Amino acid sequence: MRFLEYQEKIILKLRSLYRQYGYLPYRMSKFEEYELYSRYKEFMVSDRVVAFSDTNGKLMALKPDVTLSIIKSGSDVPGVKQKVCYNENVYRVSPSTHRFKEIMQAGLECIGDVDLYDVYEVVCLAAQSLAAVSERFVLCLSHLGVLNSAVGRLGLTEEQEREALALLSAKNTHDLRRLCEGSGTDRAACDTLCALAGAYGRRADVLAALRGLPGLAGMEELEKLSALLDGQPFDDRILFDFSLSGDIHYYNGFVFKGYLEGVTGDVLSGGQYDNLMRKMGRRSGAIGFAVYLDMLEQLAPRPRSGDVEYLVLYDETVPTEAVAAQMARLTAEGHTVSAQKSVPGKLRYRKVLDLRKGGSSC
Amino acid sequence: MLSIALPKGRLGEKVYDLFERAGYACPAIREKNRRLIFESRAAGVRYFWVKPSDVAIYVERGAADLGVAGKDILLEYRPDVYELLDLGIGRCRMAVAGKKECDPDMVHNLRVATKFPNIASDYYARLGRDIDVIRLNGSIELAPILGLSDVIVDIVETGATLRENNLEVKSEILPISARLIANKTAYRFRTAQMEQIAQRMKEQVEKQ
Repeated sequence: MRFLEYQEKIILKLRSLYRQYGYLPYRMSKFEEYELYSRYKEFMVSDRVVAFSDTNGKLMALKPDVTLSIIKSGSDVPGVKQKVCYNENVYRVSPSTHRFKEIMQAGLECIGDVDLYDVYEVVCLAAQSLAAVSERFVLCLSHLGVLNSAVGRLGLTEEQEREALALLSAKNTHDLRRLCEGSGTDRAACDTLCALAGAYGRRADVLAALRGLPGLAGMEELEKLSALLDGQPFDDRILFDFSLSGDIHYYNGFVFKGYLEGVTGDVLSGGQYDNLMRKMGRRSGAIGFAVYLDMLEQLAPRPRSGDVEYLVLYDETVPTEAVAAQMARLTAEGHTVSAQKSVPGKLRYRKVLDLRKGGSSC
Repeated sequence: MLSIALPKGRLGEKVYDLFERAGYACPAIREKNRRLIFESRAAGVRYFWVKPSDVAIYVERGAADLGVAGKDILLEYRPDVYELLDLGIGRCRMAVAGKKECDPDMVHNLRVATKFPNIASDYYARLGRDIDVIRLNGSIELAPILGLSDVIVDIVETGATLRENNLEVKSEILPISARLIANKTAYRFRTAQMEQIAQRMKEQVEKQ
């Protein structure tokens, strides 16, 4: 219960933040036509969905993803920008239990003629979203244009490129060098990719290190975005991290993930997904992110002791008015209270107010 | 204070020696007792012993900031961790082995007994071969002898066990060694500390 209250507070904070920047709430049904996911399953975290037949015989699915539905129903008019925010449950297979799990997500999408300002705004909102949960966060930015140009120079096969990106994501430079040596790639190109694997930290430091590397695309965008972020709130916690990669069929340009100290795994994930837009027949670009609210449980405040602060005990001899008066007084003082005729087995409480004859309070 | 998961057993002792030489000594760890966690405030580290196959889980889930796991475990379970350094110890090979008279290329639907179903499946998928994976938890060498499988995919150190059981290596899949791994979230908040440990460990590895 405490976690739900905590989660609700975070959702309210995020919604208010997104509304402030003109992201309108996007409402959607829990169901979507199955066909959407079967057509674009390569873009989903998991290709398994909860499917069922609707009363008209149409095959439906419980939403495993929000972005696909927003793109599908959104407009695609040149020059127009659609900014929406949401908090929705999605249904995915848990990698640990291999069973379906309900996951609460909040996030936003900016779809249309996305420019550098939009990227800057979305990155700032991602940082502010993390700050709304905890001050101890980092938002890590990478750029697929930079990574692809470095991987492309290696001259590897498609399978080897996938392996190289996986090794880069693990900061595994020893096996990356073995892969490059085994396939006879240029040593300088290998050195560049190894340098990117280790490129993590303050933006200015990473940029300084990257400027010395040959043949990297996307550097101008990195420099411009970094300059815009200089001096902004949480500037020191928005870092560059080139061990971050992303699905190149889905993302292009900037990708980012957010981390909170004490929570294992990324609690926020996003980026520019023009490639997905193209695959869905859209002409415009897009950028967005999602915050995985279910992962915040580890940060939720623990109840100090018990389910309620007061247990009020009464019996038939106690007038109902007296019970009601005591309950009104205690709740008005801000306490949590449970009125019971006997002590419930599983209820944890801190104090007892015993209204029964001969009863005592402690 | 950084938490480090060490694999129980001979490999773990070698790994601790490396940490000690790198300046992260915790003398209490060498005492003979049943304690599970050993802390050195001076070195800023806390060690604990876990089953070798569990190290990656402790690190991935953040119960340990750093750990040492074999490449075999990392390839089989694919934990989402950083692999910072090849420690160059615990060297062995992942290999396909079988009875001397068996020619795996002549078997249509090869039966493969292994503790490493993902590594075996990936290897044969790359070769474009269909296999029947038989997952076992120990005494893998028994499988081809008793006719349970045609071959095994397992770790080979010296090859002595294979020879004594009339088995031989048919092909090598990949070399294995111990790796220093890190939790991805912890690394992002304690980068300097973790990088310093990795750098000092690297210096020790290069001295070997």
